[in-house]
Amino acid sequence: MKIIIAKPGLDGHDRGAKVIARALRDGGHEVIYTGLRKTPAEIVRATLDEDAAALGISTLSGAHDVLIPSICEGLIDEDLGEIVVFAGGIIPASERSGRHDMGVRAIFGPGTNTSEILDFLSEISLRKESGKPVGVGESSQWRWE
Amino acid sequence: MAMGVREEEILRSALKGSRRDLSRLLSLIESGQEINVHTQDSWTLGVTGPPGSGKSSLIGNFVNYWSSRGDKVAVLAVDPSSPNSGGALLGDRMRMPSADSGDSVFVRSLATRNHPGGLSAYISTMIDCLAACGWDRIVIETVGSGQSDYRIAAFADRILLVDGPDRGDIVQAEKAGIIELADIIAVNKSDMEGSEKAAEAIRSALSMDENPPPVHLVCSHDGSGIAAMMDDIENCTPGARSRLRARERLISAWDFRLLNNPEINGVIDLLETGSITLEEAVKRLIQSEG
Repeated sequence: MKIIIAKPGLDGHDRGAKVIARALRDGGHEVIYTGLRKTPAEIVRATLDEDAAALGISTLSGAHDVLIPSICEGLIDEDLGEIVVFAGGIIPASERSGRHDMGVRAIFGPGTNTSEILDFLSEISLRKESGKPVGVGESSQWRWE
Repeated sequence: MAMGVREEEILRSALKGSRRDLSRLLSLIESGQEINVHTQDSWTLGVTGPPGSGKSSLIGNFVNYWSSRGDKVAVLAVDPSSPNSGGALLGDRMRMPSADSGDSVFVRSLATRNHPGGLSAYISTMIDCLAACGWDRIVIETVGSGQSDYRIAAFADRILLVDGPDRGDIVQAEKAGIIELADIIAVNKSDMEGSEKAAEAIRSALSMDENPPPVHLVCSHDGSGIAAMMDDIENCTPGARSRLRARERLISAWDFRLLNNPEINGVIDLLETGSITLEEAVKRLIQSEG
C-alpha cells in the first residue's frame, strides 16, 4: 500500500513519525514522509499527487483539533474521500471521538506497538477489497479499537 | 494489458487537466497497464548521482526557477524498494520544499518495486503521458547506486550528474559509465570545504575528452552557481549524446524483456545442472520470444 506519513503544523518532533515510516516500510509498504511543518493544503496535495491509499498524521503539538479536521476536509474537497486517514501522537482519549466522527479510522497513542499499525493496515486492505467503506469521506462508523 | 473503459476514461480526464486522474494514470502505468498515448515532444532532464549528493534539494531549486517563469514542472523521483520486505521509504519529496506549492508543480515518488530490468518499461510511457497532459519540464531523479539505476536517467534527453564535495564517488560513476552520458556535471554543497578540489579533480579527469561536459560548483542551500548552471541546462543540445543514450535505452529494454521471459527460470535450471550450454540457453530464450 502507498502511504503518506505527514507532520502538520508547528511541531518539530518527528522521531515517532520516522519510526512509523520505517516500520511500515519493513512491513512491505511504500511510504512517503512529508518532512516537518507542512500545512494541511500541502499534505492534501502530496496525497493527491502520490495517489496514496492512506494518510497517517503525526501530531504532538496539541493543535490536532484544528489541523486534522482541516486535512480531512481538504481531502474530501479534492475528491479524495476514499483515502484512509489515521493519526498518532499526543491526542488525549477524551478528544478522540470527535476525530473518529470526521472519518479518522484509527488513533495510535504513545506506546503503540508498530505491529498493531501493520495489523490495522491489513484490516483496511481487506475492507477495501470487499468494498466496505473505510475512507475518510465514506460513511461508516467503523474504527480500529 | 489493453486499455478498458475505465482506463480510457481516466486518460481522457487526465488529458483534460484533471490532476487526480493524472495521478491515477501514473499508478496504472506503474502497475503494468498499457496506456496508448501518442508519443509527445517532451522536455526531459535526468538527474542522477550518488546518494546524499543533494539531487532532490537541487531539483527543488529547479522547480522554483522554472515555475517562477511560468513553466509547469513535473518530477518523477525514483527510490529503491527494499529487497527484503518489498517496501520502500521514499524521501525525495521531503527534500523539495516547493513540491506541494502550487498547481504548476507535480511531484511523484516511484519505488523501483524490484521490477526485473528496472523501471525502464514504464518510465517512457510516464514521460509521454506527462507531456501530453501539458507538463513543460519533466525531471527524472534516480539514485545512482547501480548500473540499472543510472540507466533510467538515459530515458531523459539531457542528463545532469550531481556529486558532493567530500565523496569522490564520481569514480564509481565513471565505472558505471554514467559520466559518458552526462551533459552537465554539478558539484553540490559548494559552501563546504573540498568542493573546489572535487570539481577540479573531475575537470582534470575529463580533460582528455574531446568535448567534456561543463562542471559547475553549486549550492542548493544558498542558490549560488545555480543560475549559470540553469543556462547550461537550457542551452544543452539533446542530440549530443543521443547515440550513447539510445544504446542505454536499448540495453535497458532488452534486459526487461529477458528478465520477464516466462522461460527464464527453466532455462537457468537447465544451465545450472549443465544439461544445456550457454549458447543453447540463449537460443531457447530467443525462440520463446517468437
